[in-house]
Amino acid sequence: MKRDQDSFQNPPTCASGPAGDSVVIDCHIEELYYGTFKAVRDTKIPVKSNEITALIGPSGCGKSTVLRCFNRMNDLVRGFRFRGHVRYRGMNIYEPTIDPVAVRRYIGMVFQQPNPFATSIYNNVAFGLRLNQYRGDHHSRVEEALKSAALWNEVKDKLHESGLSLSGGQQQRLCIARAVATQPEVLLMDEPCSALDPIATRHIEDLMKDLKARYTIAIVTHNLQQAQRVADKTAFLYVDTSGGARTGFLVEFGDSRQIFNDPREKHTRDYIRGEFS
Amino acid sequence: MSSGDLAHPQEFGRNSRGIRFDPFRGVDFPELEKSLMRPRTLTSLLLSALVTAMCLLALIPLFSVVWMLLWRGGRKLSLASITQLPPAPLETGGGFGNAIVGTLIMVALATLISAPVAILCAVYLSQTEKDNRFAQGVRFAAKVLTGFPSILAGVFAYGAVVMLTGGFSAIAGSIALSILMLPTILLTAEDAIRMVPSKMVEAAIGMGATRTQTVRLVLLPTALPGILTGLMLAIARGAGETAPLLFTALFSNYWPMRGGHFDLMSPTASMAVLIYNFASLPFDNQIEMAWAAALVLVLIVLVTNIIGQSLSRRQIY
Repeated sequence: MKRDQDSFQNPPTCASGPAGDSVVIDCHIEELYYGTFKAVRDTKIPVKSNEITALIGPSGCGKSTVLRCFNRMNDLVRGFRFRGHVRYRGMNIYEPTIDPVAVRRYIGMVFQQPNPFATSIYNNVAFGLRLNQYRGDHHSRVEEALKSAALWNEVKDKLHESGLSLSGGQQQRLCIARAVATQPEVLLMDEPCSALDPIATRHIEDLMKDLKARYTIAIVTHNLQQAQRVADKTAFLYVDTSGGARTGFLVEFGDSRQIFNDPREKHTRDYIRGEFS
Repeated sequence: MSSGDLAHPQEFGRNSRGIRFDPFRGVDFPELEKSLMRPRTLTSLLLSALVTAMCLLALIPLFSVVWMLLWRGGRKLSLASITQLPPAPLETGGGFGNAIVGTLIMVALATLISAPVAILCAVYLSQTEKDNRFAQGVRFAAKVLTGFPSILAGVFAYGAVVMLTGGFSAIAGSIALSILMLPTILLTAEDAIRMVPSKMVEAAIGMGATRTQTVRLVLLPTALPGILTGLMLAIARGAGETAPLLFTALFSNYWPMRGGHFDLMSPTASMAVLIYNFASLPFDNQIEMAWAAALVLVLIVLVTNIIGQSLSRRQIY
């Protein structure tokens, strides 16, 4: 699949997309199973463009599972079944006609553990360009990506050293650079700071706020303060343990300010109060 | 220990066995020191001596063989012996150059045949579910094949190649060797690919890499040191095999050449078969030559193994 520079930068457009609506990912999970285990139910999250949407909630409530539905990473899990839809620009990415590989090129992902490849810093960032057989100038694209991940000044003199030689925080920024090098439209971040120290965490948070201008971001975090600091919208998920099952579901979704200052649901109130008191 | 002990520590500086005793710590210090008087220390010492002795015992065959080779083969080893053709009976001088070339050609050819099949197969096995029936069957077959009697590989190649092409040849020898090399390469390559951290695979998939791209750009480069190690082990094994070549490449007293290029379709000499043949001849010159050839063969295998070992130490993730 060859792409020239222009179509590479523009996400696909779709006539059936809701006109004038800035919702980029419209997720509605009715039921989600891993084998016979019902992991998530009744979760509706609209992710709007150029905003940061945070998914919070206790462990096991399915935050990561929901996030991984946004670019079909769950396809890798055996026994994964799903009822509902995830619309990206109006197209349901779970339609059988959709190529999940193409979806992931528009919806990039940053993982919990920094996962650079065992190759040079330069090759790590250029990886996505090679996948797409990008014919433009690789050097400038790599430099631009490293700059937007606020890593350029630290690595510009050692681009050919291994990506694994960097510190944890730098590795995570390298992964962000790798993800933005292909200029996807959406960045999914699955607890991107949980393996990092507070200083590196602040770095990444500042970075997210900068990236918001060009990308739409969805983030899973365990850290409520982090969600409060960076997120425009927050979704609170909780786990339903009735009947011996552990099924996650959406309790409340709204502006972060409202969720944190004036939660409507009791579950949200209890969880946030417990965390902050 | 009553509270009185703490009140007058100096009076309790020694316990009933005369060992210094610190009441504030409550630990019998000399108990921490090694003493041959205690059964545990004694057992430990004896067992250490036993395992060291067993290690030395296991090394005896290796070192005695190497010693004999250096002593008996070293004398005959010269530039002439590795560049000239084998001597006729009762003739002096000569060498086994054609056998070195023959072994190198056949091992190289066997590697070219087995490596692509084995590595692609390993990619398949590592990418399917662990409990996939077909993959399990293939893996089981490969494990059986590792213990396959090498002479049967020769019998197979005899039936499949020698009978069909109408004669003994280097090709037939390579095919017999490749059967023996295949499972080693396959199983080590599968392990090496499975060892690549799954987070790297996730990273690639998350960027929109196809499966092929993930294998080509992430899995194979990252697993390369491990794959090369298996390759080297297989090459070392192939170079030392005699039995599969007896029915296939047979032997030749001439260079494996015809009209200025390599001739792969006629009987070809190999180090292992040369040693086997010459060692049973009643001529001193040939017997000495067998020793020298054995030394060269061991050196080739040793160097290949050392390369393999050093590659496997190059852990990159």
